[in-house]
Amino acid sequence: MKKFLVIPFLLFWCQHLGAALTIEITEGAEGALPIAIVPFGWEGPGNPPGEDIRAIVDSDLKRSGRFRTLPAEDMLARPRSASEVEFRDWQVLGMDYLVVARMQANGPGGYLIRFQLFDVFRGEQLAAYNVPATEKTLRATAHHISDVIYEKLLGEQGAFSTRIAYVTSEQRPDGKPRVALRIADADGHKPQTIVTSTEPIMSPAWSPDGRRIAYVSFEKGRPAVYVQEVFTGLRRKVAAFDGINGAPAWSPDGRKLALTLSKDGNPDIFVLDLATKKLRSLTRHYAIDTEPAWSPDGRSIVFTSDRGGRPQIYRKPSAGGETQRVTFENSYNARASFAPDGKSLVMVTRIKGQYRIGVLDLKSGLLQVLSQGSLDESPSFAPNGSMIIYATKSAGKGRLAAVSADGSVRQRLASGSEDIREPVWSPFTQQELRSQ
Amino acid sequence: MNEKRTAAIALGLTVLIIGGCSTSPEKTPEEQSAVTAEEVEVTDVSIQAADAGTAGAMTEGGAGGRDWAGGPLEDPDSLLYTQTVYFAFDSSEVDAKYHDLVAAHAEYLASNPSLTVRVEGHGDERGSREYNIGLGERRANAVRRLLEAGGVAQGQLVIVSYGEERLAASGQHEEAWALNRRVELVY
Repeated sequence: MKKFLVIPFLLFWCQHLGAALTIEITEGAEGALPIAIVPFGWEGPGNPPGEDIRAIVDSDLKRSGRFRTLPAEDMLARPRSASEVEFRDWQVLGMDYLVVARMQANGPGGYLIRFQLFDVFRGEQLAAYNVPATEKTLRATAHHISDVIYEKLLGEQGAFSTRIAYVTSEQRPDGKPRVALRIADADGHKPQTIVTSTEPIMSPAWSPDGRRIAYVSFEKGRPAVYVQEVFTGLRRKVAAFDGINGAPAWSPDGRKLALTLSKDGNPDIFVLDLATKKLRSLTRHYAIDTEPAWSPDGRSIVFTSDRGGRPQIYRKPSAGGETQRVTFENSYNARASFAPDGKSLVMVTRIKGQYRIGVLDLKSGLLQVLSQGSLDESPSFAPNGSMIIYATKSAGKGRLAAVSADGSVRQRLASGSEDIREPVWSPFTQQELRSQ
Repeated sequence: MNEKRTAAIALGLTVLIIGGCSTSPEKTPEEQSAVTAEEVEVTDVSIQAADAGTAGAMTEGGAGGRDWAGGPLEDPDSLLYTQTVYFAFDSSEVDAKYHDLVAAHAEYLASNPSLTVRVEGHGDERGSREYNIGLGERRANAVRRLLEAGGVAQGQLVIVSYGEERLAASGQHEEAWALNRRVELVY
């Protein structure tokens, strides 16, 4: 009996599998590159892998909105290597690029995948790779192959091997919410729950190395900021002052967290050194100062403040100094963060009573509104700057959506019946493929 | 309202059985649940009550010696029965129509100095989440200032802002939003 009673108050850490997010393109880019990814050939002995690697690569490229892929049933031939390729077969179908691959067993539980990328019109091989994989790493390997193709053809790093973190909430039968912090692959697969609570969890933030997540949890009846190791579940409480402990943001070197604390009476931005635990105050104003975000070079911090009467974005050197107002268009601008190249800010902006995602070009001062909902929030750039993931409402439920940085590609991410919010895109992971 | 009632019933039970168990304001939810678990055969319902952080304060109310078994906070005829203050859009000003209500709570708290109350600030779902946490705190502080002006000691008040994380009403329209812009006094 006693055990039963205490359990609801404990916080669980587990590798709980939930429903995968499914991602659907609702608007593709004009001028998407036509590419054919031929079903991978299997060279026995043994059995081919359980995952359809070709399908994963195909859907990665298609989802980016930058490629138009050819359905396998429309192919005139299924070459498995360069010697079997007839470029005319692909020119006829209007394909610009072609990927062929073959796989074979490579030790117990292992595979070797050889893939080649061709320019169909020039009749040229652009890349060839040998990629070892195991049953467990097949999805990751497929995403790396997608990354290689994307980078070769578009000249920018792919973000298919990254992940997203997000918060879900659902009503339990006893009427209490079950709030969970989850992480999933960037394609929505392999969702894992890393914290659950009956109290609010909010503001997840990836460390720059992608190994830790900072977040706010109300599990003790008031907010505190935690830093949790993604792979071990070990965590540490880093801020639990009186009042607000919120909006954690990692410095680019991973050593500091900018935070919102109201311990001195009202919300201000502080910088916490994680190793020394020293706390430095960055802003001191009677208004609400919150939602700090570092510039990629670590030199400045942008934040939301209503010191001018309405929430707007301000910028201040991270070492302290003069504060400058950044946004002037629209009466409500909040929760800004930098694009990976530091040249623009993504934020929530209110336009004609609708809360939407806007991107502000810091040089020209132009604000481009990218989303189309009425309650859009929590925008987060992919680490290659190509897409922005954000939270939206659909039929009263929290949902995720993504839009390309130029507004041309749109995706909707569907999950079960849960409310889903606060998506954050992880940084790049460290793996690389070796060219053959 | 329903939740409040079940909580009140459960608390009534707790009060009866634990009797004079006095308040200790710094109890965490875990500790409270442990106490309840040891001393009472509790059902799920009373876990909710303990979790709401109200058990200690309610005990005081019950021991207050009034006719109403559950204490003045559960007496529908008492001003104290109402524990929520609503706010206008984008405002943290306590409307004059709530001044008597807040004053009644101030008087109650001032005459029961061992009582603590959580002053929980909330906002509607529009706009960014952390900024809404800031707005919720601003509202909670507005109520706090009135309570302190009414003689409540600082140590009796715990300010917590939930922003838009704990909505009282769902729906994307003004009716729901108005119900969410609130401060709750949680004894």
